[in-house]
Amino acid sequence: MYGFLIGVGVLLLLSIIWMVYRIQTLVTVVKGSDKKIASGSNKVNAILFIVFMLGAGALMFWYSIKEYDNYQLPIGSEHGLVTDRLFWVTMAVTGSVFLITHVLLFIFPYKYRYSEKRKASFYPDDNKLEIIWTIVPGIALAGLVFSGWMAWSDITAPAPENAHVVEIMGYQFAWEIRYPGTDKVLGDYDYRLITASNSHGIDFTDKNSIDDFPSPVVVIPKGEPVLFKIRARDVLHSVFAPHMRLKMDAVPGMPTRFWFVPIKTTAEMRVELNNPEFNYEIACTEVCGKGHFGMRKIIEVIEPAAYQKWISEQRSFIQMDPALAEGLPSETKELAEIQLTEN
Amino acid sequence: MATATVTNHESASQDHEHRDNFVTKYLFTQDHKMIGKQYLITGMFWALIGGFLSILFRLQLGFPEMDLSFLRPLLGGWITESGSLDPTFYLALVTMHGTIMVFFVLTAGLSGTFSNYLIPLQIGARDMASGFMNMLSYWFFFVSGVIMFISLFIKTGPAAGGWVVYPPLSALEQAIPGSGLGMTLWLVAMTFFIASSLLGGINYITTVINLRTKGMSFSRLPLTIWAFFLTAVIGLLSFPVLFAAALLLVFDRSFGTSFYLSDIYIGGEALPNTGGSPVLYQHLFWFLGHPEVYIVLLPALGITSEVIATNSRKPIFGYKAMIISMLGITILSFIVWAHHMFVSGMNPFLGSIFMFLTLIIAVPSAVKVFNYLTTLWRGNLIFTPAMLFSIGLVSFFISGGLTGIFLGNSAIDIQLHDTYFVVAHFHLVMGSASFFGLMAGVYHWFPKMFGRMMDAKLGYIHFWLTFTGVYLVFFPMHYIGIAGFPRRYYSWTNFEFANMYTDLNMFVSVAAIITFTAQFIFIFNFFYSMYRGKKATLNPWRSNTLEWTTPLYPGHGNWPGEIPTVYRWPYDYSKPGAEDDFIPQTVPLSATPESNLPHEQELVKLELEIMKEDEEVLIANETKH
Repeated sequence: MYGFLIGVGVLLLLSIIWMVYRIQTLVTVVKGSDKKIASGSNKVNAILFIVFMLGAGALMFWYSIKEYDNYQLPIGSEHGLVTDRLFWVTMAVTGSVFLITHVLLFIFPYKYRYSEKRKASFYPDDNKLEIIWTIVPGIALAGLVFSGWMAWSDITAPAPENAHVVEIMGYQFAWEIRYPGTDKVLGDYDYRLITASNSHGIDFTDKNSIDDFPSPVVVIPKGEPVLFKIRARDVLHSVFAPHMRLKMDAVPGMPTRFWFVPIKTTAEMRVELNNPEFNYEIACTEVCGKGHFGMRKIIEVIEPAAYQKWISEQRSFIQMDPALAEGLPSETKELAEIQLTEN
Repeated sequence: MATATVTNHESASQDHEHRDNFVTKYLFTQDHKMIGKQYLITGMFWALIGGFLSILFRLQLGFPEMDLSFLRPLLGGWITESGSLDPTFYLALVTMHGTIMVFFVLTAGLSGTFSNYLIPLQIGARDMASGFMNMLSYWFFFVSGVIMFISLFIKTGPAAGGWVVYPPLSALEQAIPGSGLGMTLWLVAMTFFIASSLLGGINYITTVINLRTKGMSFSRLPLTIWAFFLTAVIGLLSFPVLFAAALLLVFDRSFGTSFYLSDIYIGGEALPNTGGSPVLYQHLFWFLGHPEVYIVLLPALGITSEVIATNSRKPIFGYKAMIISMLGITILSFIVWAHHMFVSGMNPFLGSIFMFLTLIIAVPSAVKVFNYLTTLWRGNLIFTPAMLFSIGLVSFFISGGLTGIFLGNSAIDIQLHDTYFVVAHFHLVMGSASFFGLMAGVYHWFPKMFGRMMDAKLGYIHFWLTFTGVYLVFFPMHYIGIAGFPRRYYSWTNFEFANMYTDLNMFVSVAAIITFTAQFIFIFNFFYSMYRGKKATLNPWRSNTLEWTTPLYPGHGNWPGEIPTVYRWPYDYSKPGAEDDFIPQTVPLSATPESNLPHEQELVKLELEIMKEDEEVLIANETKH
């Protein structure tokens, strides 16, 4: 019944619109305004540009100011301070260009709307002007590029030698974390070694892998450089830690890396934001299939001392699953057994 | 030489006075005007499909709780038991929306329509250099469309790895069902599409270089033709690279090669492929992908230049600067591709190089904007719907172009890459700007295409709804992007940093639905006016270019008699001293001594000599017959 009523309503509405449209067409013909070069609508459109400018401008400023704390994510890393400053400097430069050009673009239609009494000025070119507005944006852009380039070079420079290494491996549809253990060197891996119990494909014949350990959370120390070694097992993924201003693709067959220095512990951030639930997060930003939107991992930033303590408490892959050490060559097997007995 | 040209023209016009039947007139036509219309109608069809797909996924993003069972008759199994959209199909929707809009609507529908329709008319040619190739170009596009359309309905769904179809996701059926038959059809369709683009492009270039009428030097070409010409050059150089990328992908998918695949463990087994690089595909893809942005945009900018000049009753400001900017954009468009890959794992040094190159391309774009603004300045503006859409285009070009300065800066791009900031950026600068160029073109040249006028009032309503609608859809996405919301997400509720803005997303969805609905005003206006619109006058916008010198319904061959000769550039609007505020290109300088500029006055003598020579040739021909 409702469907029928809605249908009748829509039909009625359409026929009214149709009649109004036909009547206005006839009226313009009778009035002869269709013969004019510019009808009365010309002024209406000119005014609408002004109305649009004022309305949209007001809305933009109001929302940008009101929502600032929502869209401006708290910054958790050293280089994040730099890139965010760059962002807002660029915003200031482009924002002023945006406003000036739009004010001109919307005021000109009103100011220079058609009048039969007036003739447009014949002004085909002016080389001086062209040169000015080639060079000025050129200089402004050069400035932006240069500061961006300096930041980029710093961010992508090789990690300091004392950086804490964490391996992040993406697969459909989660991340797995591996720490290098006490020797601070990650063991080799080979994707052909991947099994149900060895999801990383770690090569345990490599001595360095004996003390490697997994973790459900990325735990890192505050104020010290951290190096993410990033890889993927099946398709492309991308490690995105929004608070850390960190993003790097995880590519099967080509390990990538990103290093940074966290500046606030999770606890400090919780106090600062007055949000006891706060967590640093990792998301995936390269489309990878059905579960793309669910690849969440938590980063926990803690004090360096607590970090050392945490490291010493972790149990290696082999300790968790002694079966992994089976069939190893004697030398590495000894190391593995030492580890096992230590526990 | 002159003799030969004149006789050729005569015989050509006689050749074309044969009767066409339905098939040769509307289907397998070789008339560039009909081919242009075929592209336009097909483009509109695809725009509706592409737009509809976006409404489907906007429903999911704006109203994640909504019961979508009512879509089951259309989408069948892609609506789950609980009435929500299947996450895999969501990815297929985004993928197909991108593919359709970029290639079928904004490449074929825009450049295909107007390059075909306007090049011969505006340079004074009877038709394209090869009418047959031109026909082939459309039908390859048509076949491509049919294949893509079929892929929407297969059981495993269409391609779903994003419109960029990055491998390994697009290479492995185990990774996502869309990478099975759907992806195969995608690749086949794109192959046809590339062939179609190349056939068209070769034709456009040849025609512009060889078939310009007497007096139509390159420095007298309307900016539309410059834009179409450079677009075709870009397409000709970049589409083959996409073909190469696709071909290697076909090999990887079907013949066991490892161009893009390496070290993959999926579905419980380790694949044998080693040594390939997914990043290689990205380089190849973006070698087309970035120039493609300009393939889409340049024709729109060309149309805008023409429409703004005509309706400002003023010459386009800086004609030469506009051409140099377009040339600059054309060249630079080939050496900026890797700015899509700053965080792909490629060498950061390459990132630095591409950041410098990318920000250089902003300069010619800025010059174009300033030139548009100066053209409006002290003009005598008439707001036809085409003019409104052109002003809208300039607005989008500024808004979207400026955000490109953020994304082109690799340090800032680390955070913004693959977030909604990017979505906002390219939808404004490439999607909406080009779409507005397309609209401006349709409203402006409709009287030439169909001999009738579109209704202006409906055009105004269409413009204002679409213009505000587009801003309401895409402007909020900047905030969502700065907040870090990633693209191609089915939902954001899994993350604490992104569990807000449900209200803003709902707002965007509602705006999108309204904007999409508003397009039906245009569809109605278009088809109604085609049959019932007011009869057009010969030159309704009082424009200077050659197409308005043809009859109301130009036949195959365009001009019934001699092709007119061109004596001046196309932008003599409001020339001081002239009685009217426009002087068409066909009016000789010698006929307008009152308005000639000093250097033009010098050309008059030369012009008179040439005209005398021509006359002699004509008389000689007459006596021969």
